[in-house]
Amino acid sequence: MKKIEAIIKPFKLEEVKEALAKENIRGMTVSEIKGFGRQKGHTELYRGAEYVVDFLPKVKIEILVEDEKAAAVADAIITAARTGRIGDGKIFILPVEDAVRIRTGERGPNAI
Amino acid sequence: MHRKTISTVRLTLSLAVVASLLLFVPLLSWGEEAAAPTPATAEQITELLQSPKVIADTMWTLITAMLVFFMNLGFAMVESGLCRAKNCVNILAKNFIVFGVSSLAFLILGWGLMFGDGTGFLGLQGLFFLHGADNSPASGDAYSGVYSAIKWTTVPLWTKFFFQLVFAGTAATIVSGAVAERIKFLSFVIFSFVIVGIMYPITGHWIWGGGWLSTYGFWDFAGSTVVHSVGGWAALAGILLLGPRLGKYKDGRVNPIPGHSMTSATIGVFVLWLGWFGFNPGSTMAADAKAIGHIAVTTNTAAAAASLSALLTATVLLGKPDLSMILNGCLAGLVAITAPCAWVSVESSLIIGLIAGVLVVFAVLFFDRVKLDDPVGALSVHLVNGVWGTLAIGLFADSAAAPVTGPANGLFFGGGFEQLWKQLVGVVSVGAYTLGIGLIAWAIIKAVMGLRVSAEEEFEGLDIGEHGNAAYPDFQPVTVSGLYGSSAHGGGQSAMSTVHAMSMRPEKA
Repeated sequence: MKKIEAIIKPFKLEEVKEALAKENIRGMTVSEIKGFGRQKGHTELYRGAEYVVDFLPKVKIEILVEDEKAAAVADAIITAARTGRIGDGKIFILPVEDAVRIRTGERGPNAI
Repeated sequence: MHRKTISTVRLTLSLAVVASLLLFVPLLSWGEEAAAPTPATAEQITELLQSPKVIADTMWTLITAMLVFFMNLGFAMVESGLCRAKNCVNILAKNFIVFGVSSLAFLILGWGLMFGDGTGFLGLQGLFFLHGADNSPASGDAYSGVYSAIKWTTVPLWTKFFFQLVFAGTAATIVSGAVAERIKFLSFVIFSFVIVGIMYPITGHWIWGGGWLSTYGFWDFAGSTVVHSVGGWAALAGILLLGPRLGKYKDGRVNPIPGHSMTSATIGVFVLWLGWFGFNPGSTMAADAKAIGHIAVTTNTAAAAASLSALLTATVLLGKPDLSMILNGCLAGLVAITAPCAWVSVESSLIIGLIAGVLVVFAVLFFDRVKLDDPVGALSVHLVNGVWGTLAIGLFADSAAAPVTGPANGLFFGGGFEQLWKQLVGVVSVGAYTLGIGLIAWAIIKAVMGLRVSAEEEFEGLDIGEHGNAAYPDFQPVTVSGLYGSSAHGGGQSAMSTVHAMSMRPEKA
């Protein structure tokens, strides 16, 4: 099994979710995060005092897939999430040792 | 820092000397006027209580007082909105309890000091629990009692008290915003007793209690000086002895500490604006059909004009219309029109408001420049514009336009500099006294129990430290780093910290 972590622009979440549905991905975990890469922050002014907002809001999607599907799913995410402008995000693919469904106790790919 | 402590002590001592000199003023003052020549009989009073005028006046005074009471909500919303979430419970608690403190302090002693017959400096009769003789709603020559200063209004005694109480409460709650996010809760509560029980009533006595400033010819219709500048001076004293929030001023930079809810702040300003329609028109303490509409319009016009001029000033100076500046602008206009509202034309109120909005923006920037940390702009709104509104009487007072009798005409209406000078005397004397006594009071509290929370508590948030509560325990927020400037602190602050670590880690020296 592989875990795909995709960090994307927040407004792309719906699109990515639909693309994943087409790939038969039946579950995902989403969190609201902040981060930056090469997309720098910007300067703001609050009551006359300047501050730099380094961290930009992003959304992280985490899904588990069987090894064979990882590449296709990653491609689907890329297509849905890409805008072509800086800050589109990143995808990380990690190996997974095991997964468990809490209700039934199933382990392995059956738990996905 | 050592140097700062010494100069604060010196400042306190010198102002204490000045303030104590003022205590000799009563020796120069005569007592109040003699008792009424024809006090009302019991039947006359019964008749009065059933008369349409007294009924209307009483209803008007009480209902407008309730609007002013409601302003406490406004202050709570503005202050908590402009401060960080980790301090929200603490700020709400201060704003809530301060009205309780005011209610008791003004009942026990404040009213008596302010409105009791006495010297030109303070009241001496009927000091406690309003037990002095009084035959309100009898008024003028028919009045008989020890609260002669307020015998001009034809409402019963408790109505007078309730109305004046909510004004005293406003002065006390102004202070809470300026000292927010670092003051000990109990220290603030104790100071509130002092300001409502002693400080506010004494200066109030000078102006509304028949004291020396009113005899001298100083005027303040609804309290730009009596309420707002008093709150402002007391707040300034607190800020001087308290110091800025940690991380606010670093390496010559002013670091912004944005508030956590502009929604709350906006709700607050709307509530205050609404409440001000009680504050100003209510100060007729009479259902005066000619005056109350005029005053409502001068009040509103100043608020509107100030909101716009603050918007413009912020945009020109800072690049974008900062909402917190616009909100402060509206309040500045309201504070500024509070003194002159019954004695100026609507056109004048527009100009007074325009100037107030400009002043407040510059004031916010100024106070940061001199490192006086005021999280909500209380000094800029209440102190600066309390002074401006008071002086504006000396410029814009216009007996032809005024629906009620008042001061001599101001400079722009043929009155020359005389009224302006008198207004200035009032501003300076109230300022010196309030700042002086305020510094003494805060200094005593500081010596006895401390003013400021510990650095650890300030980082964690006063909600936990002072109250053991969190305002938003269910929220799973992600902190916004970089607020203190990327170069301003020693790096390493994780983006994944919780709300309580929206604080900074202590700087390594």
